[in-house]
Amino acid sequence: MTVRKGYDGVAVAVPVTVPYVRYSTHGAHWFLGQAIRRLVDEAAIAKDAIDGLTVSSFTLAPDIAVGVAQHLGLSPRWLDHIPTGGASGVMALRRAARAVQAGDASIVACVAGDTNHVDSFRLMLGSFSQFARDATYPYGSGGPNAIFALITASYMRKYGARREDFARICVDQRTNALASGSRMFKKPLTVEEYMSARPIAEPLHLFDCVMPCAGAEAFLVMSEMRARELGVRHTLLRGAIERHNAFADDPVMERGGWLVDRDDLYSMAEAQPGDIDFVQPYDDYPVIVMLQLEDLGFCGKGEGPAFVREHRFTFDGDFPSNTSGGQLSAGQAGAAGGFLGLTETIRQLTDTAGARSVKDAKLGLVSGFGMVTYDRCLCTGAVILGRPS
Amino acid sequence: MTMPLMKPRRKNPVRRTQQPNLPPSARSRIALGLTAAAAEGRFALQVCADCQAVQYPPREACHRCMGARLPWREQDGVGRLVGATTLHHSNDLFFRERLPWRLGLVHLDAGPSLIVHLHGDVGEAPGPVRVGARLDRGGQAVLIAFPRDEVLHMADDRMLREMTSDPKFRKVLVTDGMTRAGQAIARAVADAGAEIVWVGYAEPWKRHGSGIDEIAKLAPVTLMPLDLTDTRSVTELAGEIGGKVDIVINNAEVHRAFGIASRRGLDVARLEMDFNYLGLLRLAQELGPALKGRAADGQASATAWVNVLSIFALSNFPPHGTYSASKAAALSLSQCLRAEMRPSGIRVINVFPGPIDDEWNQNLPPPKLAPGALANAIVRALRDGIEDVYPGDVAQEWLERWRDNPKVLERELAAGA
Repeated sequence: MTVRKGYDGVAVAVPVTVPYVRYSTHGAHWFLGQAIRRLVDEAAIAKDAIDGLTVSSFTLAPDIAVGVAQHLGLSPRWLDHIPTGGASGVMALRRAARAVQAGDASIVACVAGDTNHVDSFRLMLGSFSQFARDATYPYGSGGPNAIFALITASYMRKYGARREDFARICVDQRTNALASGSRMFKKPLTVEEYMSARPIAEPLHLFDCVMPCAGAEAFLVMSEMRARELGVRHTLLRGAIERHNAFADDPVMERGGWLVDRDDLYSMAEAQPGDIDFVQPYDDYPVIVMLQLEDLGFCGKGEGPAFVREHRFTFDGDFPSNTSGGQLSAGQAGAAGGFLGLTETIRQLTDTAGARSVKDAKLGLVSGFGMVTYDRCLCTGAVILGRPS
Repeated sequence: MTMPLMKPRRKNPVRRTQQPNLPPSARSRIALGLTAAAAEGRFALQVCADCQAVQYPPREACHRCMGARLPWREQDGVGRLVGATTLHHSNDLFFRERLPWRLGLVHLDAGPSLIVHLHGDVGEAPGPVRVGARLDRGGQAVLIAFPRDEVLHMADDRMLREMTSDPKFRKVLVTDGMTRAGQAIARAVADAGAEIVWVGYAEPWKRHGSGIDEIAKLAPVTLMPLDLTDTRSVTELAGEIGGKVDIVINNAEVHRAFGIASRRGLDVARLEMDFNYLGLLRLAQELGPALKGRAADGQASATAWVNVLSIFALSNFPPHGTYSASKAAALSLSQCLRAEMRPSGIRVINVFPGPIDDEWNQNLPPPKLAPGALANAIVRALRDGIEDVYPGDVAQEWLERWRDNPKVLERELAAGA
């Protein structure tokens, strides 16, 4: 295999969030427009300075990224449409970083956002993919809850995970969400509340599932030198991987593509799992957090439940994880869910995370996971971001 | 073991009749291959002609070698349940009204993993299962995991009954009880647990010795005057039982052995068309709307419409030329009926028997289809949710030849083969 070029000199900066709402009558373009407006305002740059754009959204149809450019009056010289949901943040950052390194663009806006109308989630599920339409949606129409229920049930049986273990993840993330001022959830979650919640798709219960909502997340990618010139607080990209449709012959998903490429990730970053100060694993369901901890090397395969029992995932715990609350406690604004870990990591590493700051954090790991087209999730990726020295 | 279905309680006439909802029926064109096989009661998956890899979900190219030739091949369905869930929430109205609903993930011995509905007798994962395909209420194929071995009252499973049209506790109309085939059908649905079997008869002066009086002695059977060539007769029948009938089995026919040159005039051909084609049309216009309106009316809702056609509907059998033509017309009309019934979930079942062992096929050589075999095939189709039935050796052989090459079959029949 060829040796990858590193991501030296790539800065990731200006995390913005368009506050989440449960339902909105606005279209996706509204949320994307608000996000880019905030990027321009907070970076104090002219709109025209954005010469690269990536767009991630599920509710943009019939438009794609170029439609957004026209809608917002942008004229980028580099453009990408990355509709891969939970993996879109990592994938957008990787592409933007290479564009900046190659000089194809100097400031790339990576933006993800979705609206949520009262019935849009149901309509999306039935037409999410050809395989979903042919082979999952006609079976109870449970959407991703049903698929992850099957994956969770299999994992629990094989590796001895209990609902109480998943509860620890959800409860700690709620603590983080309250420290970040989440708009979707205002009350703490107790283990008892988690355990007694109503079943959705057994073994999944209410607090195992994210709440679909509307909102947007975005950030800028540029050279380190450019970030210094602009005077924006920034992080540096230390390593990045992605992998799609890995382990396709596994009868049921119990590992993801991170496992294939993680050595590359850590060697690019010249770091080991033990050097990471906090993680932002993709958290559409708690079992997926365990898979990522295993496949990214924080523990061995099947050791996720024990690892969860031994650690606290709060921002001030011994293993800070999803310090914004994650999607489980901040809500899932469509494709923006794939950006949530990135914007939060930039905030943590640029001292703008406020009350939920992880003390002395220098390295953060973000992992993405997206696209349940049939019986498993296909797109995986991860990045390591660090403070400039 | 499935709890045997208890006789549904009488409906409270004050309560609103539930309107039928259907499970999601959108499919890609390639996925309809699964439906085509399930319509005949078979479970088939695509198998790569180049590398033999079994495909699922249905594909346009082999996931292993990217070969483009992926013929549908029958599967034994043997596999292992690796995960199960019970849904307590659904985004679709059909399932929302039927929660909780069990699903599973099955690793087929042949390779792929399948998301399936779970029969109630399938235990917790992991465990052995056998996967089969059934048409769901929307008429599209879905996969169901069954226990490996047959268990008692399996057909009474709540989920399975949503897919099938079991006559048990249902009210059935058999349109002609004057023939041995009609009597066998009436007896078979009575044996299958039908609550009422209305049996039509058209020419009362022929009753003596026809055998219909023995059928009338069966507990659930009530005889009804019915002449499909007489619109008023059909309207009267619909007025009397239209709001109650759950399954229509239209077996009434006129069958004479003539081609074009062997009999002058139109009388016989017109009578065949009047019975076999227009009779179906009259019946469908009078009873169709009532069936549609009661398609979600509880556990013993209106559920199916069976047309007894003939294998001669596929390609003309010249010695019975005008009869073949009338059955071809009925087949075409039945396809129309199926399309119109589909939004309500009423299943239209077409039965294509080979020559039945009766007086009108006297001069055809064996094998001929025994009336009892025809009746059993109809009950099995209702129970298994099959849409197209080709009972008997002759029908199976014709079907195979017709599938292979309809033009060759036409030439063979013209040559008297």
